[in-house]
Amino acid sequence: MKKIEESSIAVAIGAKLARVQVCPMYPITPSTHIQEQIAEFINNGELEAELINVESEHSALSACIGAAAAGSRAFTATSSQGFALMFEVLPITSGLRLPIVMAVANRSLSAPINIWNDHSDAVSARDQGWIQLYVESGQEALDATIQAFKIAEDKKVQLPVMVNLDGFSLTHVFEEIDIPEEKQVDSFLPAYKPEHFLDIKNPKTFGPIAFPDSFMEFKKMQQEAMLESLEIIKKTNSDFAKKFGRSYGNGLIELYRMNDAKFAVIAMGTACGTARVVVDELRAKGKKVGLIKLRCLRPMPVKDLQNATKNLKALAVIDRHVSLGFEGPLFSDLKSIAKENLKIIDFIAGLGGRDVSMKHIHRVFEEIQKAKPKGSWLL
Amino acid sequence: MTEEKKLQNSEKIAGLNSEELFSSGHRACAGCGEALTLRHIMKAAGRNAIVVAATGCMEVVSTPFPQTAWGVPFIHVAFENIAAVASGIDSALKMQKKRQEINLLAIGGDGSSFDIGFGSLSGALERGHKFTYVCTDTEVYSNTGAQRSGATPFLANTTTSPAGKKIHGKIEPKKPLPLIVASHGIKYVATVSIANFFDLQNKMHKALAIDGPSFVIAYCPCPIGWQHDNSQTINLARLAVQTRVFPLYEIENGVLTFSQKIDEPKPLKDYFQLQGRFKHLSEEEIVQAQAYVNARYEFLLGIEGKKSFDVLY
Ligand SMILES: Cc1ncc(C[n+]2csc(CCOP(=O)(O)OP(=O)(O)O)c2C)c(N)n1
Ligand code: SF4
Ligand SMILES: [Mg+2]
Repeated sequence: MKKIEESSIAVAIGAKLARVQVCPMYPITPSTHIQEQIAEFINNGELEAELINVESEHSALSACIGAAAAGSRAFTATSSQGFALMFEVLPITSGLRLPIVMAVANRSLSAPINIWNDHSDAVSARDQGWIQLYVESGQEALDATIQAFKIAEDKKVQLPVMVNLDGFSLTHVFEEIDIPEEKQVDSFLPAYKPEHFLDIKNPKTFGPIAFPDSFMEFKKMQQEAMLESLEIIKKTNSDFAKKFGRSYGNGLIELYRMNDAKFAVIAMGTACGTARVVVDELRAKGKKVGLIKLRCLRPMPVKDLQNATKNLKALAVIDRHVSLGFEGPLFSDLKSIAKENLKIIDFIAGLGGRDVSMKHIHRVFEEIQKAKPKGSWLL
Repeated sequence: MTEEKKLQNSEKIAGLNSEELFSSGHRACAGCGEALTLRHIMKAAGRNAIVVAATGCMEVVSTPFPQTAWGVPFIHVAFENIAAVASGIDSALKMQKKRQEINLLAIGGDGSSFDIGFGSLSGALERGHKFTYVCTDTEVYSNTGAQRSGATPFLANTTTSPAGKKIHGKIEPKKPLPLIVASHGIKYVATVSIANFFDLQNKMHKALAIDGPSFVIAYCPCPIGWQHDNSQTINLARLAVQTRVFPLYEIENGVLTFSQKIDEPKPLKDYFQLQGRFKHLSEEEIVQAQAYVNARYEFLLGIEGKKSFDVLY
């Protein structure tokens, strides 16, 4: 069924179609519409789930852990300061190998306090063992929420997944959305049946203390699961395409007009939409330019990126976060991935809701076609 | 009869569960009041229980990977969120229609309960989840080396409220947590002590039977933090009751009843002199500490048997 919906609502519909069972929620702009919609679904009897109106985001994720460890499908949503307050619980969730899904309406971190979009919340947690997907449209937000559970619960993965969508510039945007049929989603994502849970018939201890003789083995297993999830994310994307007729690149990255491209931009989230238009304009003038949309930041699709960049002369990285005292984190990642002679240039953009405009992207393409391109802050 | 046989028989007489669901072999110090408390709490909780434990001594000593002392499903997540984790479990069990058959316990130390996890505790109480919160009160952050907590009593010497030349220990009195918890209007609040095993069993059974949140706080001498001889743990727990330092009571449906009235309290000195944490006190300071103990006991006497907290729900 097609409907004009706000992206936040699309996420909530995705969670409902995924038949989430426990939803601990705490409001923060710009993720509130997701939380409010889940509450409405539950209180109207449209979603059979327990809503827990927790007293903090730290408790929201903690309650998700309790619910998932007890064997139920758990979902929450947050943003910015709420995300930062949860930080302690992020690596615990992944360390406990619980397939929790969280939508993050990406927003800057205070101070100065600012409610608008950038990626500094989620990107600063990229090392905490969560799979991080970044979406570009309301449709993708809905689809990725369903896919996220499928990925998270895969026996080879057993890891939490974050579905990142740009605060306001996506969360509050309306577009036509194709809402999948319940039955189809049920056959794509069957009920959650965990192998290990808090079971009185088979008591197990979760969250023990690991001494130096075993801690590294735990982390190594997590790393292996993260790397294995690359294939599962791809497969989930192609299985999804078979069932619903929609896909997002190969699930990890999407290449836009990259076939013979010599100059490209790599970005995450809504900036990709803007970049597509600029690429079209430049292509119309005969320029060999393209876009790499990075959909999955962690695990990092290294091979796919190497392939995508091997014929390029220069690559511009749009970082919507800066590792203060160093550089854009995506830029750092790309430098270690791409071939040695590729020119990679960093552009810090769109912090605290500053527009990443078509003008900016044009400037970026102009710059990287120069003999000696220089990175900058797109102010 | 061997000592073990005698113990087994006495447990049977009292109707005690002889199963050890918090089993020996854990790594707690000799004479640890918390470990004793957990052993007895788990006898009341039985096999159909799920335990959420906070970071602290008990979680550390009982789950050295790959070993575990727990005979029931157990989860440790962090220091300040056991009530939130329990909330999630409660909701999941409800969704799975398994809620009635399971005793859900959240067990945290005083640091976890009085301080860092206080917001999480308060939130879960306010939301009315069905679980029993057990605070094992060592009056100090035992696990990290006996630092002061909100539960540390007036003038106690701890590693962060040292008995210095200028300031003689903790200058604030203990936070009255059970009364604050009762103010949430929950149906059952109780104080227990390992020196009173059967009282502890009975109260735990009552707490677990509540269809909503219940709260039990257990007095747990810690030989390391309190600097007492580990043979004195039970004796100190008993003296704490007899001196009115830790009165045993229940607040059921908002009404307080004493489990054991102490009409002729022992002098505080009897209790203080067995513990290194009070040895720096002057006579005058002991009198000041006594004043706090008296005032709090009188407050409890004042509300005893009256409808006090029930108006709050
Ligand atoms: C967020 C956080 N802050 C601090 C710590 C360090 N820490 C671990 S246990 C503990 C004290 C525990 O005290 P209490 O709750 O009284 O339990 P006890 O060890 O006395 O049984 C502290 C401070 C931590 N693990 N997490
Ligand atoms: S330090 Fe205290 S509370 Fe911790 S195990 Fe030892 S005696 Fe028990
Ligand atoms: Mg303690």
